[in-house]
Amino acid sequence: MCLSIPSKVTHIDEEHNVATIDTMGVERKASLDLIDEPVIVGDYVLIHIGFAMNKINEEDALASLEIYKEIIEKMEEEDRRQAILDDDNCQNRA
Amino acid sequence: MKTITLAHGNGGQENNELISKVFYKAFKNDILEKSEDAAVIHNGELAFSTDSFTVSPLFFPGSDIGKLAVCGTCNDLAMMGAKPKYLTCSVIIEEGFDFRSLEKIVRSMKKELEVNGAIVVSGDTKVVPRGSVDKIFINTTGIGEIQKKGISSNNITKKDVILVSRDIGAHGATIFASREGIDMSSSLQSDCASLYPQVKALIDADIKITALRDATRGGVAAVLNEWASQSNICVEVEEDKIPISDEVNGICELLGFEAMALANEGTFVLAIEKEDASKALEILKRTNETASIIGTVSDQYIGKVVLNSAWGTKRFLELPTGELLPRIC
Amino acid sequence: MNNLELKDLYDGFRDPDTIKAYKKIIEEDAKKLTHPINIMEVCGGHTHTIMKYGIPQILPENINFIHGPGCPVCIMPKERIDHAYVLSMQEDVILVTLGDMIKVPGSNGSLQDARSKGADVRFIYSPLDCLKIADENKDKKIIFFAIGFETTTPMTAALIDTVIKQDIKNIFFHINHVTVPEVMRELIDSRDEHVDSYNHKIDAFLGPSHVSVISGSKIYEEFPRDYKIPVVVGGFEPVDVMQSISMIVKQFIENRCELEVEYKRLVSYDGNIKAQNLIAKYFEKINLFKWRGLGNVKDSGLKLRDEFAKYDAEVIYKDVLPIAEIEDHKLCICGDILRGMASPPECTIFGTACKPSTPIGSCMVSSEGACAAYYKYGNLL
Repeated sequence: MCLSIPSKVTHIDEEHNVATIDTMGVERKASLDLIDEPVIVGDYVLIHIGFAMNKINEEDALASLEIYKEIIEKMEEEDRRQAILDDDNCQNRA
Repeated sequence: MKTITLAHGNGGQENNELISKVFYKAFKNDILEKSEDAAVIHNGELAFSTDSFTVSPLFFPGSDIGKLAVCGTCNDLAMMGAKPKYLTCSVIIEEGFDFRSLEKIVRSMKKELEVNGAIVVSGDTKVVPRGSVDKIFINTTGIGEIQKKGISSNNITKKDVILVSRDIGAHGATIFASREGIDMSSSLQSDCASLYPQVKALIDADIKITALRDATRGGVAAVLNEWASQSNICVEVEEDKIPISDEVNGICELLGFEAMALANEGTFVLAIEKEDASKALEILKRTNETASIIGTVSDQYIGKVVLNSAWGTKRFLELPTGELLPRIC
Repeated sequence: MNNLELKDLYDGFRDPDTIKAYKKIIEEDAKKLTHPINIMEVCGGHTHTIMKYGIPQILPENINFIHGPGCPVCIMPKERIDHAYVLSMQEDVILVTLGDMIKVPGSNGSLQDARSKGADVRFIYSPLDCLKIADENKDKKIIFFAIGFETTTPMTAALIDTVIKQDIKNIFFHINHVTVPEVMRELIDSRDEHVDSYNHKIDAFLGPSHVSVISGSKIYEEFPRDYKIPVVVGGFEPVDVMQSISMIVKQFIENRCELEVEYKRLVSYDGNIKAQNLIAKYFEKINLFKWRGLGNVKDSGLKLRDEFAKYDAEVIYKDVLPIAEIEDHKLCICGDILRGMASPPECTIFGTACKPSTPIGSCMVSSEGACAAYYKYGNLL
């Protein structure tokens, strides 16, 4: 029911206020009747039951992905340090 | 249960219940109860199978009801290691059906028979009043000569490894997209294909095949659950090893389906003994680059299928239930 | 600045390494919690993600989920399903609704049962599909049985708008839209004050993703402010859920109680004003709407405004619609489950008499219902 999915706008029919959108290779049409701001080809929108609900804020999306990259790097760094510590403390060293 | 519902034809839970409570109960015998893709008869020399085809729409990207009718039955025979030889073809046609379409369907059947090296030796034609069937229903029954004995869904053990012959869910996704009038901007099409050539290649290379099953209604999920139950094992699948194309993923995202539950008509699941798994994979890859080893057999949860995720969680993959996609094959 | 690809919006928020990283962060932070915390995810979509991705399996023991009633199919009272059933059996009616709704059992059976008895019942993916059906069946009355939270209400409003503007004469509406903050309030206000353990006490809310896209995060302000319950509005993907849980845990260990938004790429404070205005144009709140299992929740339902009565199937078919109040099955504890007082496996008929193919309670019917999610994914928890 809450199936709303991110899609990319590939074409806009201004007369009917309908966008053609691409979702992982599936092309469909979605009504833009609920969107107040201008939508252009290349924008990302959230689609729900045949309507675009909102534009996806690209900056925020990229910022989130950046945060995830950082926490993974931090985690890998900590794992490396821990591995070295474990190695140093290893009783079986000759 | 007072009336039959569409769920009873889903290839999943309700379908199985209907078959066992009504048909198996009445027709009780050892061969039937083995529940294989095709019955093995005549001292293990022949395989015998039947299937009816009611798919709608009749023509869809990658195939049509005719090709499907031949593939469907020939594949069931191939799954028992049998070479398809003789088919029957019975049709029920709705009054008013277009002649040209009928010819197109029959031409398609002929082409597919050639791929399998089989011939139609008997048939029946009925025409019924408008509205009694939806355009055309086809039944095919086939006999094949078993080339490798002992292939059975009841014999899978921990020595076996689970493979899939190509990316999954293409048929189900295509039918749904066609039916819903969803435009595919890419190349999604049904995987409908005859499987005997691949099975022959595996038999010729002397691969230790334990079981084969094509993943039709109910998809790979149905096959694995049936195997878990018939062989009394636990099937463990690595979720990230399951090959799914972007296009099928797209349809699944859109419509909330799980690719594992979508029907296939040219994809089969294999249980191969461990030492032959990579050789089998290599042979399968000659036909489809996306063939993969997807899982193993254990005794963790007997009778169940477990999906292991890439981040350390697991869940059961259940037999599909409910009315997923009516008239899918 | 990197360019964003469509695939990033999926893969990036399902990345296994990110999930594992958040697992570690939450584990570390949870050690500093002074008491176990119960997080209620309001929305059925979140229940589905949590169960499908096995999130309880990778969270520490002192973080628990209470599954909320955020599934519009699940909370549909039997009385209203009976309305749908009766409407579908009327002459020249094509009853149209979204997805899982056709499987919900009413007193006489489900819409699916009505269909196998000859009623014309169709499920559609978008309210706009009604237009095509109405056009192809000019001699029939198309009744759209509208369900859903704030996410879906604007789409019904947009359809009504089109129907009026194009003067379409054969589309009517049976409205069953409900709103989220009211039921959240009901769940906390009706908490049994005699229960002083941390069981059954909601410590934080994981706010719905897409309801919030429409309504804005402003609708949750009252919870941290008046009830001292923090809210984090999170997205649907597993990384979103993990990040949201991490944000909730951090609030507790840093002694904060705030409204935060994790789902920044789509949720703003104000939300989609155009959609909100469209909803206000056609709908008004009704004082009481009975949620299945919860009873009447004040101000939580919507109805068509009186000036649009000629499109309201409830008005037009008033004389045939049943009004009897119907009790749920004796053994069904959906009410307790929807309130977060019990979990599905505690129900005596869970998985036996009540399963997805033969649902007795509403929580089993929709794929987002708590019972359905547990049945499908929950056996290994």
